[in-house]
Amino acid sequence: MTPPRELVVISGKGGTGKTSVVAAFAALAGGAVLADCDVDAADLHLVLHPELGQEHPFSGRRQAIIDPDACTACGRCAEVCRFAAVLGTPDDGYSVDPIACEGCELCRRICPAEAIRMEPVVNGAWMVSETRFGPLVHARLGVAEDNSGKLVTLVRNEARRVAQERGLPLVIVDGSPGIGCPVISSLAGADLVLAVTEPTVSGRHDLDRVLQVVRQFRLPFAVCVNKADLNPDLGEQIAAEATAAGAAFVASVAYDPAVTHAQVAGTDIIDYGGRAAAEITTVWEAVGDALLAAAERDVHDA
Amino acid sequence: MRIAIASGKGGTGKTTLATNLATMLAGRGTTVRLLDADVEEPDCHLFLHPVVERRDPVSVLVPAVDDERCTACGVCAEVCAFKAITLIGSTVLVFPELCHSCGACSLLCPEHAIVEEGRDTGVVEYGSVKAGVRPEFPLITGVLSVGEAKAVPTTRATIASLRGVDEDVVLIDAPPGTSCPVIEAVRGSDLVVLVTEPTPFGLHDLTLAVEMVRALGLRCVVAVNRADLGDDGVRRYCAAEGLEIVLELPNDRRIAEAYARGELLLDAVDGLEEMLGALWEHIVAAAYRLEVTS
Repeated sequence: MTPPRELVVISGKGGTGKTSVVAAFAALAGGAVLADCDVDAADLHLVLHPELGQEHPFSGRRQAIIDPDACTACGRCAEVCRFAAVLGTPDDGYSVDPIACEGCELCRRICPAEAIRMEPVVNGAWMVSETRFGPLVHARLGVAEDNSGKLVTLVRNEARRVAQERGLPLVIVDGSPGIGCPVISSLAGADLVLAVTEPTVSGRHDLDRVLQVVRQFRLPFAVCVNKADLNPDLGEQIAAEATAAGAAFVASVAYDPAVTHAQVAGTDIIDYGGRAAAEITTVWEAVGDALLAAAERDVHDA
Repeated sequence: MRIAIASGKGGTGKTTLATNLATMLAGRGTTVRLLDADVEEPDCHLFLHPVVERRDPVSVLVPAVDDERCTACGVCAEVCAFKAITLIGSTVLVFPELCHSCGACSLLCPEHAIVEEGRDTGVVEYGSVKAGVRPEFPLITGVLSVGEAKAVPTTRATIASLRGVDEDVVLIDAPPGTSCPVIEAVRGSDLVVLVTEPTPFGLHDLTLAVEMVRALGLRCVVAVNRADLGDDGVRRYCAAEGLEIVLELPNDRRIAEAYARGELLLDAVDGLEEMLGALWEHIVAAAYRLEVTS
């Protein structure tokens, strides 16, 4: 069987409509695996109302723990820690700040009293749930936690596994805003990246930065200008720049209050209907064509 | 007084609030400094057009191996908790983008064959904003280099630029979300203003942001953007949690269009100056209450 294809939806700027677009795609695909990789603010479940699957704990790092009975308060750990994670004084003894500790283990290695041990920190959970459109792999990162990149990788791998297990041809990934670690983790190896932006100066600026990352990875990409009628001139400028940068296609979707109404009603825009629903359906068809073209290129290259 | 402007959900209006509030305060004669700490996607400069006076690179330490001294014993690879060093045959390979700069390899190398050298992953830009007739104010922008995964060193350097500054008010435009870069940006603030919108996504992400703020031992107030859109979930949640709503900005096409063009709302929308003035009074009151209780 051919491995499942992977569509990754990102945006650079937050709040451009990624999640609403992904939920609409889920409805249109009728049998794709969905992966919510915006683990910092996972919202897909709010419109897909999944029957929640079993929760699996996620541990992205280990943390140093100082045994106060064994500690001689020599202070060597505090001296070598680059993260200012060892708190205390020779008089009061030492302890580790669990938020600041990055788990490098240097303190444990140099402690002359062998008073430090490392323990895994459970800082999130992930699950495979069932929605009306297919399985949803999603996760929750503990508040104030690091290592979202590792959790994103785990969610994507699980989504691919589920797709193969059930013979589903496509994984749709809801990515996170920005250009840093969670975004980079969600991109590697994607068959198509769809960047959803808006015709605002910040939408354009942030799209430019995230597309530079996408091009560093040499991934095929397309652009969707959402709320395009907000500033048609800027929308056209963004489209021209994306085309010049090598976008497989550029589509646009007009601002439609029905998108918010659908969200409030707890459903997807396709189910709710309206102008944006029709336009997103057109975008979905273009996505299908671009994925097919990518698959044909792979066959050709092989 | 240091005020951070944050949000769980992206695109709710953090930058709009930060840039207009800073400009309004400067216009009133308050000495204000604005920090753009959303280093992955810093946008304040698009609305404020600062003259950049200085650029300081943000450098992180990564190991460099002295081949003359290295005996390929493999201790460095063994002690690296982040798999940033591997030994292949008798060659030590370093993957700088995985390195956390903990220093374990250089400290524990028995041959003292590892020195650490700087690697630039971002830049802090020091700019000055001249907004029409208003007095100038500084805008400091952290910019993560494209392709870099770790935002925190640049966020940290942006916040560290505050050492020794003497403005009455510091405003910080934080990144969206609740994880490490956000924490670096808001830590040490007297008050966090959480910007949201009254939709299910806005509410869900607001609850996460409130949890984060409380986990850090900070206090927060809420600003609701596009307030006449959506439902009353955010208002009910704020009432139940005892969170003060300090601003309700309407869902106004003129506001959205001015933002799209990169204009300050202060210059484009009538009545905004008064609205922000009232907001500022609420913020000051909430920040001072914090000082009394802590």
